[in-house]
Amino acid sequence: MSTAQPADVLGRDEALALLATMWRIRCFEERVAKLHRSLQVHGLIHLSIGAEGVAAAVCGALRVDDHVYSGHRAHGHALAKGAPMDRVMAELMGRSDGLCQGLGGSMHLVDEAHGLMGATGVVGGNLPLAAGDAMAAKLGGSDRVTVAFFGDGAVQAGHFNETVNLASLWELPLVFVCENNGFAEFTPRSAHTKVESVCDVVAPYDFERRTVDGADVPALHEAIDAYVAAARAGRGPLLLECLTHRRRGHYEGDAEGYRDALAEAEWAKVDPIARLQSLAYECDWLEGDGAAQAAFEDDARAEVEQAVAFARASPPLAPPQAAALVYSR
Amino acid sequence: MSDGETTFVKEVNAALARAMRDDERVIVIGEDVAEGGPYQATIGLAQEFGTERVRNTPISEAAVCGVAIGAAQAGMRPVVEIMFIDFITLALDQLVNQAAKAHFMSGGQLSVPMVLRTQGGAGGRAGAQHSQSLEAWVAHVPGLKVVMPSSAADVAGLLASAIADPDPVVFVENKSLYFRREPAPRSREPSQLGRAHVLRSGDDVTIVALSRLVGEAAAAADRLASEGIAAEVIDPRTLVPLDLETIVASVRRTGRAVVAHEAVRTGGIGGELAAELQAHAFDYLEAPIQRVGAPFTPVPLSPSLEDDYRPGADDVYAAAHRALAWDGHDDA
Repeated sequence: MSTAQPADVLGRDEALALLATMWRIRCFEERVAKLHRSLQVHGLIHLSIGAEGVAAAVCGALRVDDHVYSGHRAHGHALAKGAPMDRVMAELMGRSDGLCQGLGGSMHLVDEAHGLMGATGVVGGNLPLAAGDAMAAKLGGSDRVTVAFFGDGAVQAGHFNETVNLASLWELPLVFVCENNGFAEFTPRSAHTKVESVCDVVAPYDFERRTVDGADVPALHEAIDAYVAAARAGRGPLLLECLTHRRRGHYEGDAEGYRDALAEAEWAKVDPIARLQSLAYECDWLEGDGAAQAAFEDDARAEVEQAVAFARASPPLAPPQAAALVYSR
Repeated sequence: MSDGETTFVKEVNAALARAMRDDERVIVIGEDVAEGGPYQATIGLAQEFGTERVRNTPISEAAVCGVAIGAAQAGMRPVVEIMFIDFITLALDQLVNQAAKAHFMSGGQLSVPMVLRTQGGAGGRAGAQHSQSLEAWVAHVPGLKVVMPSSAADVAGLLASAIADPDPVVFVENKSLYFRREPAPRSREPSQLGRAHVLRSGDDVTIVALSRLVGEAAAAADRLASEGIAAEVIDPRTLVPLDLETIVASVRRTGRAVVAHEAVRTGGIGGELAAELQAHAFDYLEAPIQRVGAPFTPVPLSPSLEDDYRPGADDVYAAAHRALAWDGHDDA
């Protein structure tokens, strides 16, 4: 583990940029939760509130041409990788101006132009695709890297073990990023496996791996920067396990009878935004009067409202337009 | 083997080599492919193209299929081999949930130009887990294309087209066809997917047959011809896209139809063909459409049982006679 102080690994500008990204994700998802209750966004909606630090730090370490594969909890990854918020919102609302013309929705976001190559609603199903993507980069002589986001629930799926084996065997430029929130759907990790740490699962494959506090953005930033550089230099695959708190249910509407909500004081300790803001005040990156902090939130909320207006103005595709997209030819 | 002869599996092998020579994005990936595989379909490719492009994999059908999809989405043209069609069960999440839907769900951003080569069919005394015909499963999924070549003369052109196609193609071979001596193809140029082949023309009954049953149908047609009955034999060659036009036109002319495949009759693609034919040729039909397929049991091991199980020329011949003899009463 690093003994560096947070301010040594994260400069002012980087910290504030990450904070802005996290606020964008937080405000977007809080709005999505409301839109879900009024049936304006569709399908199963899985929010990442509590894990924004991982999305911001990991995608912040990537180039535009680096590729990301995500899972069902993908809004943060999409926004942090550069997908325009208005088109993400339109996608969740099933509109033709959505990223995927309203044919994918919350669980299947794709933005090829920004390197978001796919999200999937089948837990673990994205992992071999990410390996194939990394294999293509390696075969093509490119130095781009691939990141595969997944939750700890995916680790018990066969896809995970098959993919980890292949990635290790072929030494792929792939960074596995696990958001370990301790819950697989409604049940705690302890009910799914005796292996406490995801890093322990891949230990026999002997690739670099590390567990970090997913609410500690400087630690995330330092770790992922090093891992992306290592993958780019041909030392992949690697695994970064980020311990996060899933603030909301498995999906919106989940009654969460299986756990008690954290008290506010406890939440503040695991909230990556609150944590980074505290650091920003300590380091005098933010003025003490709170105005700058409020500006991040205000800007994000304004962008979200513009995104909602954009989405509402967009019609859904007509059935023949959708039918024409089954095949490329 | 004389100059004008070849085998199905040699044509597959040569088509793969040509595609790899022509386009460096083409890679071959699967269990034992660098060693040639159990039927030698990929023999020699690793020597010519190296083991990066002809890549052995562990026994991980799901991940290997997924790797091919991910590579295809990143611009490669992978040809993944699933050694027996029975094992696509392990890869179906990737094939059905990922490959088939990527173009649609991404609003057209992604394409998956991959081919999944596999082989099925009974007759090898291999038992129920290495002998199935599961093409109907994949033909049921929008987004996949399904090709079922029936001859050495056809397979090279169809495989070339499948590899060049921008969509995911399931390319279903039949192990019984691999090593027969057959006439060499006149052309190995890519042949358009979705175009049926009319093997022989006739006005009395139309026989639509798939894969191994095409040869069986031709044999049945010979026997019918000796009785003065002219059967038209059509090989659709691709199930998706399907050249319904050619088949419907034939049945409107003959008024009688047999659909024949090796797959279990229940839920087989023959049912779909029959339904389309009755919808498009109802007023022209003189008899119920006859279906030939395997019985509703797993493929048995015992040679006598397997031979009895596997549909062949006799079954097609009998089905044609049922269609010809129809007098308005179902006495079956």
